[in-house]
Amino acid sequence: MTAKPESVPKIRFRDPQIELAHGAGGKASRRLIEGLFAPLLIGPLEEPLGDASHFSVNGSRLAITADSFVVKPLTFPGGSIGELAVNGTVNDLAVSGARAEVLVVTFVLEAGLPTDILEAEVRAMAGAAQRAGVRIVGGDTKVVENGKADRMYITTAGIGQTIPNVHISPKSVRPGDQVLLSGPIGDHGITILLARGELDLEADLRSDTRSVLPMVEALAEAAAPGLRWMRDPTRGGVATALNELARDCGLAVHLREEWIPLHDAVRGACELLGLDPLHIANEGQCLAVVAPEFADRALAALQGISSEAAVIGEIRSTPAATVVATSTYGGTRIVDMLVGDPLPRIC
Amino acid sequence: MCLAIPGKIVELVAGNPDLAVVDVSGVRRTIDTGLLADEPAVPGDWVLIHVGFAMSKISERDALDQMQTLADLGEHEAALEEVQGYGVLEENKGGP
Amino acid sequence: MRFVDEFRQPELITKAAEEIRRLADPNRHYRLMEVCGGHTHAIYRFGIKDLLPSNIELIHGPGCPVCVLPMGRIDDGLSMTEKPGVIFTAFGDMMRVPGTHGSPLEYKARGRDVRIVYSPMDALKLAQANPERHVAFFAIGFETTAPSTARTLMRARVLGIRNFSVFCNHVTIIPAIRAILDSPDMRLDAFIGPGHVSTVIGCRPYEWIAANEHKPIVVSGFEPVDILQSVVMILRQLREGRAEVENQYKRVVPWEGNGAALRAMAEVFQLRPYFEWRGLGFISQSALRIRDEYADWDAEQVFSVPGLRVTDPKAAQCGEVLKGVLKPAQCKLFGKECTPDYPIGALMVSSEGSCAAFYNYEHRKAVVAAAAE
Repeated sequence: MTAKPESVPKIRFRDPQIELAHGAGGKASRRLIEGLFAPLLIGPLEEPLGDASHFSVNGSRLAITADSFVVKPLTFPGGSIGELAVNGTVNDLAVSGARAEVLVVTFVLEAGLPTDILEAEVRAMAGAAQRAGVRIVGGDTKVVENGKADRMYITTAGIGQTIPNVHISPKSVRPGDQVLLSGPIGDHGITILLARGELDLEADLRSDTRSVLPMVEALAEAAAPGLRWMRDPTRGGVATALNELARDCGLAVHLREEWIPLHDAVRGACELLGLDPLHIANEGQCLAVVAPEFADRALAALQGISSEAAVIGEIRSTPAATVVATSTYGGTRIVDMLVGDPLPRIC
Repeated sequence: MCLAIPGKIVELVAGNPDLAVVDVSGVRRTIDTGLLADEPAVPGDWVLIHVGFAMSKISERDALDQMQTLADLGEHEAALEEVQGYGVLEENKGGP
Repeated sequence: MRFVDEFRQPELITKAAEEIRRLADPNRHYRLMEVCGGHTHAIYRFGIKDLLPSNIELIHGPGCPVCVLPMGRIDDGLSMTEKPGVIFTAFGDMMRVPGTHGSPLEYKARGRDVRIVYSPMDALKLAQANPERHVAFFAIGFETTAPSTARTLMRARVLGIRNFSVFCNHVTIIPAIRAILDSPDMRLDAFIGPGHVSTVIGCRPYEWIAANEHKPIVVSGFEPVDILQSVVMILRQLREGRAEVENQYKRVVPWEGNGAALRAMAEVFQLRPYFEWRGLGFISQSALRIRDEYADWDAEQVFSVPGLRVTDPKAAQCGEVLKGVLKPAQCKLFGKECTPDYPIGALMVSSEGSCAAFYNYEHRKAVVAAAAE
């Protein structure tokens, strides 16, 4: 996937400057990646960009990915930035159909950061790596002036081996395929929102951060021939991930609202703040599209690891490239990608 | 406008007659109940919450009445059609 | 969720939808306006249009307090961030609304201290916690929200909190409805009346709509069952030749309104002689300002705001869409220059603005259908 030397890459990114929305994982992020980064760095894309890139070295099929972690507050119920940094990269590799082998870590630290906070995060990373079965083999550290790094930024890059028999691509998705979700949505995003303390809300919620590799391996074992596509719905939520799928395969994703697992407290917070749970970030969930004849096996495999896993919808041919949600009484609405970060509203 | 959500008062804040803690599906927040001064709310009451203030108490009786009215809709029509079938009543076409 | 799920029960929704079908005269085209932006949002979110026969048309009214704010007022609010030490606070709804030099969120990205609050009380608490800073709160909303701002100001005064001020952009609903009815382009059969505003003002203020304009108005809740039941009640009135104010949202709306809320508003606010509404022009007695007794907490007194009138680009047809004369898709800029990603007018930014709601929930269906032909 290299650009031909004589071709001039077309830059379609027309925003005059970078805004926060460009990092939020929704439409603005996509514009930046597809309009600026991809044309200049990657060249014409043969396949839509996925969570990780697969490549061959001497006949071995490997996968590589990287991710950066910027989160406020650093720690929250259920985890901390360290765990996110490990699980995030392990998960990107997993849903691309690869088993993470090694990670490298870079830290950008703010001068004045108390050492015990750094140590706590490093311990968290070590624990998460051990649970995820991945080795951290190296990294880098930079320190910047006070006020320039929100205490710490962490980037992890990971390499893994592809899981045999798993061949996923949006192009293999067909009408009739079933959409599976591993568990309740919105726990992570709402936990973070509440942990910031600005909205003065309390709830018994925890981030769902965890490695999804066990789920992916279970899916592969039970349903590899019928496994079409996977994604971990992080920033931008399930809505953004499924909109990317719909756009990449040109088909329609039809969701049934009442089939989507949701914890009461997430629902309560979303109703109170006027947020849509489908737009809220998750850090330990997996979406999978599976051929109908494999759906039962796939669901059982997922439920073995995450009891609340469910079928949440199916693929149809129309309306093209669109995600539609239907309620119990037949009302339909289009579910769009997120623009920027989800903001509470009062109106 | 006006996103307002039902919540249940779970406790009053000691020392401040205008504050209470409300529960919405497991999410809790301290809200101001000063706008309910004319009919103060007590723990167990359901109130409508908007921007951290209780706007109104929710009447369970009215809620049930409303649902009953709707539930009766089908039966009412079925009864009416039955009577019409006897040719006793002319259907009210209404309007000038 | 109690008092929510009961009003989303499929059986009741089906019954209401069937009753609507039974009552609607097939030879008549009904034009019903829902005044309130919250109803606009609910109609799209719950797919209410799928449940109505095609001869019932829902027209979106101007009840979106974000949408009706002229850009100059946004600029005035944001000018307060230039003063050192100011913490600018506003509801999330305001954060992406474009001013001449950017939205509050863009100001934040450039380093100004801009924060989202859920409640005006949280803004006041921020002032208490940061005595060396000044907290300015950008207040918006109809009568639903004004009493909360009022109580917050009363509290600030009682506690002697001096580093707090409110930029008051509260507007009132009746003049907006009057402007709609006075508009020569408007032909409406009835109104789905604002639900939460009515918890404060009650149902009496709508009596002139029934008595003088002979249009039914049913004060409605926001769940699917509520909205459908309100349509049933409207159709019954039209069928029987009645024009009355009815209260569908009885479980929450008192006919006489909320005395304590009205008293709080009267203590803190008075009506401005006139106020400019985006798309509707200057309307007299349609907005609130802070009384002189509370001048120390009035941001318009504490800060010197530019106070410039900023007119919308000529091509933007926000006014006609706001009044319901045009559908969002009929505005020349809709879906092209003006999208939720690059909004030109507030109707595209606010999640309950007709354009944003239409774009996010409906527009794609239409585009895809057109492409399929």
